[in-house]
Amino acid sequence: MAHITVPSGLPGITGLLESRLDTSAPIRDLTQFILRGPNTLTEGERELIATIVSAGNACTFCTNAHAATAARYGWTRDEVDAIVWDPTTAPVSDKVRHLLIMARALQRNVQGITADMVVAARKAGATDVEIHDTVLIASLFCLYNRYVDGLASDYPPSMDYYEKLADRLTTNGYERKGLPNASH
Amino acid sequence: MAHIPVDPATPGIRSLFNYRPETGAPLSRLAHALLHGESPLTKAERELLATFVSHGNKCTFCTMSHAAAARHQYGADASIVDDVVYHNNTDRLSAKMRALLPIAEKVRQGGRIVTDADVQAARDAGAVDRDIHDTVLIAAAFCMYNRYVDGLAALTPTDPEAYVPMGKRMAEQGYGG
Repeated sequence: MAHITVPSGLPGITGLLESRLDTSAPIRDLTQFILRGPNTLTEGERELIATIVSAGNACTFCTNAHAATAARYGWTRDEVDAIVWDPTTAPVSDKVRHLLIMARALQRNVQGITADMVVAARKAGATDVEIHDTVLIASLFCLYNRYVDGLASDYPPSMDYYEKLADRLTTNGYERKGLPNASH
Repeated sequence: MAHIPVDPATPGIRSLFNYRPETGAPLSRLAHALLHGESPLTKAERELLATFVSHGNKCTFCTMSHAAAARHQYGADASIVDDVVYHNNTDRLSAKMRALLPIAEKVRQGGRIVTDADVQAARDAGAVDRDIHDTVLIAAAFCMYNRYVDGLAALTPTDPEAYVPMGKRMAEQGYGG
């Protein structure tokens, strides 16, 4: 059971975001832009960054939601699980592999990204904006994961919920759009 | 030097906000809502939570800047900030804040380790849902801001005096919400 009363009764991050709109509006706007806005990283690649950070933080809700979503962009769910388990052997481009390694290092340690990691990512073709966006996505999911687990937000009734959530996140993205019945 | 080509004359997170204004705008609005918006926690208490978490994360820029803002907010009681953050002395805090600090620290380490007993202790000390919510979200948000700043190696002034006008501005004007 959640540590606080969540008025909407919705599970996971959805219920928390509905419980305080003045903070959830900028969180949603940031997420929509960084995960769905114009970018040279694909939506799927950005979802992989969200997933690897959530898995590293052992956040069950966010990991399930973003793994299900990443698996809509060209990888099987088994491949997504393998990528977040060990990005060094991931079936992704060299560039994305280096960005995933940076994201994991930052999730584990606030000062975990070394200059060598950035040089390696750049050598593999990463642009300055891609490096920036990788760092910001990884940082943002360190917020989300702690928000969700720090308040012990409720789990959804079944795993099927995450597939419905992935339907929404791949079509409507992260905007609020008519909640409380909508997700995320 | 920062990992990406930001303005070398602008310190800290501001240089990152200017580099990518599309993300800088919502990041500023979130900081403003959290630290200057409506809350049962005072602005001074919220700046203190931000400083405490940033110090735990060893993020020098965020620690120094929010410590300066918190000192400005506490006014005559400014030394509370240094007592709590640098000397682990919480004697002058309310019982509620003394119970919320361990929750913030656990959120910093990882949200899963916050227990029902931690939350009950905060309630027994007078915290309501909104105190608990805001404490968790401030701690979570600074786990983001700290990583954003140090992950990109943003410019961190070493002279403590550089942070005094910054803290005054943050305390008086907020974060551009």
